[in-house]
Amino acid sequence: MQIPAAPRSVAYGEFAQHPPACTPGYKTSILRSPRNALISTVNTLSEVTGPVFLPQELGPLDNDLIMNFAKGGLPIGERIIVHGFVRDEFGRPVRNALVEVWQANAGGRYRHKNDKYIAPIDPNFGGCGRMLTDDNGYYIYRTIKPGPYPWRNRINDWRPSHIHYSLSGDGWAQRLITQMYFEGDPLIAQCPILKTIPSEEQIRGLIALQDTANHVPLDSRCYRFDITLRGRRATHFENQLQGAK
Amino acid sequence: MTLQSQPNFVHYPETASQTGGPYVHIGLAPKQAGFEIFDNNFGSVLVTPDTRGERIQVEGRVFDGSGSLVRDVLVEIWQANAEGKYAHPGDLQDKAIDPSFRGWGRTGTDFETGVYTFETIKPGSVAGRGGALQAPHICVILFARGINLGLHTRLYFSDETDANSRDPVLNGIEWEVRRKSLVAQRSERNGKVIYNFDVRLQGTPDGGEETVFFDV
Repeated sequence: MQIPAAPRSVAYGEFAQHPPACTPGYKTSILRSPRNALISTVNTLSEVTGPVFLPQELGPLDNDLIMNFAKGGLPIGERIIVHGFVRDEFGRPVRNALVEVWQANAGGRYRHKNDKYIAPIDPNFGGCGRMLTDDNGYYIYRTIKPGPYPWRNRINDWRPSHIHYSLSGDGWAQRLITQMYFEGDPLIAQCPILKTIPSEEQIRGLIALQDTANHVPLDSRCYRFDITLRGRRATHFENQLQGAK
Repeated sequence: MTLQSQPNFVHYPETASQTGGPYVHIGLAPKQAGFEIFDNNFGSVLVTPDTRGERIQVEGRVFDGSGSLVRDVLVEIWQANAEGKYAHPGDLQDKAIDPSFRGWGRTGTDFETGVYTFETIKPGSVAGRGGALQAPHICVILFARGINLGLHTRLYFSDETDANSRDPVLNGIEWEVRRKSLVAQRSERNGKVIYNFDVRLQGTPDGGEETVFFDV
């Protein structure tokens, strides 16, 4: 019987590119990090498959954070567009990836029942959005640039302006949550959460660049942020992922 | 053929992970954050009346290295259907897709009780590598404040002793005593089948054993 092309395994996680679990400068990680080494496994179907999302599951304003919570007025703050491509490690577009974002408002206040910062809620701003990448791996959304935010790590620590990202690609092994920062923010160099990342190059990879050419005149500025997920490797000499039959 | 002659030789580093933070619910579970924004919310109920398979409830709590409840965790699960087939084009097993089952869900641990809950079905066995069969299992990933890179683990079932004893992933854990941290305990409550799966992010001084986490 002809065995159909086996699903290819996903390239192994390269941990030098990620923060280690225990990073004492980010205090909460101390009690929430495993002390044992992760157990490495070979990919099975469980890791190379993942949930599939459909365009009709999303609403027409889900990627427009300026309008998707507006209650009779516009939110206050800098109007920006954020766009970019989601690709894998080999440069191939990741299609139909679910990109979810969440953030504080212009004053650094989150719409969350546990956030007690004194900066006020914006009645016209929710702070979350979502979209699927197209056939080129491209995504785009519109929002208000978030403000910096104080937090209880050291008593005077402030997060740089940032937007949280969640990515669900083609396989469970690609699942990624990260944060995007803005070019030129002086808080970036001081942030204990950014400093968990072991290399300058990987930190730079989280900084969106101002995309002047794509500003919308008299309306919005624009930032460009590309994301790389783990890639599927070619299966050169083995066909056993599937279980031969 | 040399590597350089392959069109895929370019290689970019994976984007670095960062913590989901304490307000992960805003983006991934906005109702729990305290507001309504999307018409269609992703959630913790994986079944519809048409879904095939044995209904089960998966629930548990997450503890840190002091033994304290972690109440701001975002938990996601990914599993096969009752026949052991994933709802994904990459699953080429000769088994039927269940059109009423995506196999994926997410929820937060409760801010008060620390409990998370999924309504799902018990998955069938999925092929492993090289003709081996994997025991029924659910893939679990945890994100939270203080967790820099999502933690992957697997939930197995206490009433699948034989299958578990042959499972290639469980058997790949050199320390046999650690394998039991991945086995959810079956019980019944008000006619419902419950599997309890507590996760310990870090071993505790009173002997609480750390859950096994995987580099998948």
